[in-house]
Amino acid sequence: MQRFSCPFCGLRDEREFHFAGEAGKTRPDTTQDVSDKEWANYLFFCKNTKGPTREIWVHTTCQEYFIMERDSVTMEVLGTTAMRKDTA
Amino acid sequence: MTGHRIGTRGLLDRSKTLSFRFDGKTYQGFQGDTVASALLASGVRIFGRSFKYHRPRGVWGAWFDDPNAIVDIKHGGVHYPNCQATMTQLVDGMEVRSVNAWPTAQKDLKGILDLAQRFMPAGFYYKMFMWPDWHLFEPMIRKMAGIGTLSADVQDDFEAAILHEHCETLVIGGGPAGLTAARAAAKAGKSVLLIDDHPDFGGSSYRYPNDAAEGPSYWVAEQLSAIEDAGGRVLSSTTAIGVYDHQAVSIVTDRGLGTAPVVRKLRPDNVIVATGAVDRPVTFSNNDRPGVMSLDAGAEFLARFGVLVGQQIAILSNRPDAHDVAAQLENAGAKVDLLDPKSDPAKAIGYRNLKGVRVAGHTYPCDTILASAGLTPLVHLWRHAGGKLDWDEGRQTFVPSTGPDWMRVIGGANGTYERSAVEEEARSAALNTSRPERHVYSISPLLPNTKNTEGRQWIDFQHDVTLKDVALAHRENMVSVEHLKRYTTLGMAGDQGKTSNIAGLAAMADLKGQRIPEVGTTTFRPPFVPVPLEAYRGASRDTQVAPLKRLTLEPEHRALGAALGEYGGWLRPAWYGGDDEQSAVASECKIARDAAAIMDGSALGTIEVIGPDARAFVNFVYYNTMSNLKPGRIRYGFMLTESGLVFDDGVIACVDETRFIISCSSSHADAVMAHLENWRQDSFDPDRVHIHDTTQNWSTVTIAGPKARAIVDALGVLDTLDDFAHMTLRFGAFEDVPARVARVSFTGDSSFEVSVPNSAAVRLWQRAIAAGKPHGAGPVGAEALVVLRAEKGYIIVGKDTEGETMPHDLGFGAPRLRKSAAFVGDRSLHTENANREDRKQFVGLSVEDGEPKLPIGAHIVTVQNGERRSLGYVTSSHDSPTLERPIALALVSGGLGAMGQPVEIYHMGKTRRATITPSCAFDTEGARIDA
Ligand SMILES: [Zn+2]
Repeated sequence: MQRFSCPFCGLRDEREFHFAGEAGKTRPDTTQDVSDKEWANYLFFCKNTKGPTREIWVHTTCQEYFIMERDSVTMEVLGTTAMRKDTA
Repeated sequence: MTGHRIGTRGLLDRSKTLSFRFDGKTYQGFQGDTVASALLASGVRIFGRSFKYHRPRGVWGAWFDDPNAIVDIKHGGVHYPNCQATMTQLVDGMEVRSVNAWPTAQKDLKGILDLAQRFMPAGFYYKMFMWPDWHLFEPMIRKMAGIGTLSADVQDDFEAAILHEHCETLVIGGGPAGLTAARAAAKAGKSVLLIDDHPDFGGSSYRYPNDAAEGPSYWVAEQLSAIEDAGGRVLSSTTAIGVYDHQAVSIVTDRGLGTAPVVRKLRPDNVIVATGAVDRPVTFSNNDRPGVMSLDAGAEFLARFGVLVGQQIAILSNRPDAHDVAAQLENAGAKVDLLDPKSDPAKAIGYRNLKGVRVAGHTYPCDTILASAGLTPLVHLWRHAGGKLDWDEGRQTFVPSTGPDWMRVIGGANGTYERSAVEEEARSAALNTSRPERHVYSISPLLPNTKNTEGRQWIDFQHDVTLKDVALAHRENMVSVEHLKRYTTLGMAGDQGKTSNIAGLAAMADLKGQRIPEVGTTTFRPPFVPVPLEAYRGASRDTQVAPLKRLTLEPEHRALGAALGEYGGWLRPAWYGGDDEQSAVASECKIARDAAAIMDGSALGTIEVIGPDARAFVNFVYYNTMSNLKPGRIRYGFMLTESGLVFDDGVIACVDETRFIISCSSSHADAVMAHLENWRQDSFDPDRVHIHDTTQNWSTVTIAGPKARAIVDALGVLDTLDDFAHMTLRFGAFEDVPARVARVSFTGDSSFEVSVPNSAAVRLWQRAIAAGKPHGAGPVGAEALVVLRAEKGYIIVGKDTEGETMPHDLGFGAPRLRKSAAFVGDRSLHTENANREDRKQFVGLSVEDGEPKLPIGAHIVTVQNGERRSLGYVTSSHDSPTLERPIALALVSGGLGAMGQPVEIYHMGKTRRATITPSCAFDTEGARIDA
């Protein structure tokens, strides 16, 4: 069982989290022409990096999505950041 | 008598005699015995038959490293299959049976298989049983192979407790290394937990009773009390089964036969692994004969149980301390030959009874062979934690190298056997000082000789894998060790290759002309020893995993005699009154069509979308256009996944520009909520749109049928029901609480969903039932509703749709072609696949007059080139009480373009005929909905 740190709730068990996707993907503007290839890339292809990765996870108990940087080999969590913009 | 009890040695309570039966015969043992030690003490040698060839097998190891002696046990009316005789504590009155043996291990009728062995080499199953069909052979093989049998005498309430604990230093293994480390760590102020899988701490301490003046038991007791005095804790009969991510360790405490284990999960700051080492078998001809045991087993049975395993013992080992064991055995009264094992394989002589061993041309008479090709450190936990291994040429085995800094491996597990070196390592690990150099230790190699595969030289006892099998795998180009493992099944038995792996690797390396480290090892995975599944599950099952959702109106339903059932996580009324489901459902359908159904609709998911961007949000997450949904109006729609697949269906009501109410399938509310949350945070400003699941705040009473309007009128929720059209929403009050009424229909009849806060639910329900009675209306459960829906061809997502269904397959194609705004899944609806004409589409099926209903899952088939091919299948099928004929819904390739066409239905070898129809079978004009 891994432990991740939700930026809002702190250190919690892995079972409270879901993986949502690799960070950095942008949904193509579907009101414009989107090629099959572009759409397939968006839908199905990921980098699946060996080593440090940047991913989006959700803490299911507070429902907040956040960025987690972690090492996919050592399972070490390098850091977590809220996706929210600052509302100072 | 070969094995027998001697003197007073051992950790037994000899004042307590226990009686038990093995294969029908009565034996005696002492409190503290294992099944294996008690049988060995009684002279029993054959414990069972081997898995594949039914060779007679005895005991190899004295503890978890024994691959052979697996037995079935009956005790207290409960049957325990797959017990290791060497690890099972003897209990008075237990009934023990050998496995793979019929009628008994001594006399096995299937032993004839052994003679046929040359026809059963590695990969035999794969090769022989592929044609024509493995399933023809499977029942026979399953019956003949397999270890133990399952019985119906399942024990109730066998539930493992899972506890979460903490300590600073966890010491795994309570032998000389672990005891020393735990004592030093506790003394240094650490909170220490020391565990050992034996009932008694001490590990290998007992084997050499002369190395401490007061004896090993005294030394062990002294260490334990020092640990506890310093605040440390100790747990015996406790095994660390695995080390998991982020420093988690699971330890399992065995509480004896019939009592579920206790599992503890910890994340210690430091873990000290002192798990010791086990003997590797020597690969020689007939090395699986009963009476061939590990060197340490000979020493352990003597030390712990006072059992001398033989009278005339040949020791075949390269271990430098073999003479210490020999001296112990001689002291106890055995005659011992310490033989020099040669590279030319030895041969055991004798079938059921060992008669001698042939080494380098000489035959030595013996009744027991103690063999060891060296010690294999138990590095499993180190590997679980990500630690690396190095091949150690001197030790002829893998030893820990680099790894996590929070784990230290000491003693035998680190390849360190010399007592003072062990203690130095233990103290260094306890105080976390720099790791001492590994001391020099060297044995002469004693590896399988692949140049001489004569006779039958066993590598894996439990799975009956021989040196020849490894050679065959190599000839057939199984080049990687992972291939070797799967092809021969070496190391895949319950013991996971604890004793067999090194010999298997060595043989493979030799055949490939490589060094052993070049061949590499297979992966070490938890659990370290087999544990009951309950150890993983704990109390996490049924409602402990997914708590049942309960309706506010449940007592009302019970009062009306409802049969309650689980639907999508909710406990809901299935039907009312009586045990006869069929007639209850039929009469409820009739009530619904003739008068009105009064239903508890509270389980339907209700999610509110609120905020200035709410409209844009719902327009994006729905397939259907929601940008023009006016306040007070309701629209039916689909949510899709980004792959264009139907994710959920339901209605959405617009309250005003900034507030929408989504209804989703009751079983799907959590998933829909997560789906919406995802898009809200991904593609919208989360401060401008909020979503909120209000399912459990409101109760809904749905009244549907020709008399619905009159009944709802009597509730007085709205001043008037005039001009209250289908698919609109109004707000009112029920007595003192706010209420809303939605005109939405799941039955095809005029329908009103009246929602109130839970506090008023009971009053509303009782008023509706009372108001309905004069009209002939009454309560209707979930089963009848399913039939009423199906009559109208209304889909149930997940039942009438599958993992490829897109909305246009259901006849809802317009938004795909016309909606201009972006929405989830839009682009996926225009791929080559989405445009195919032979997509499975949603249709109805009718059968000929007088025919029974179609089975759900039956295939719609076509015959092409003499071969039957499926075009789809039946998804829903009912006897419609309304139409007085069977109805069915189906997904059929190209079905929407095949209305009126006859089709062939195939199910379980029978063919029937049906006709493709529109999905709606009742009131096809839709006249009743606004009645
Ligand atoms: Zn959180």
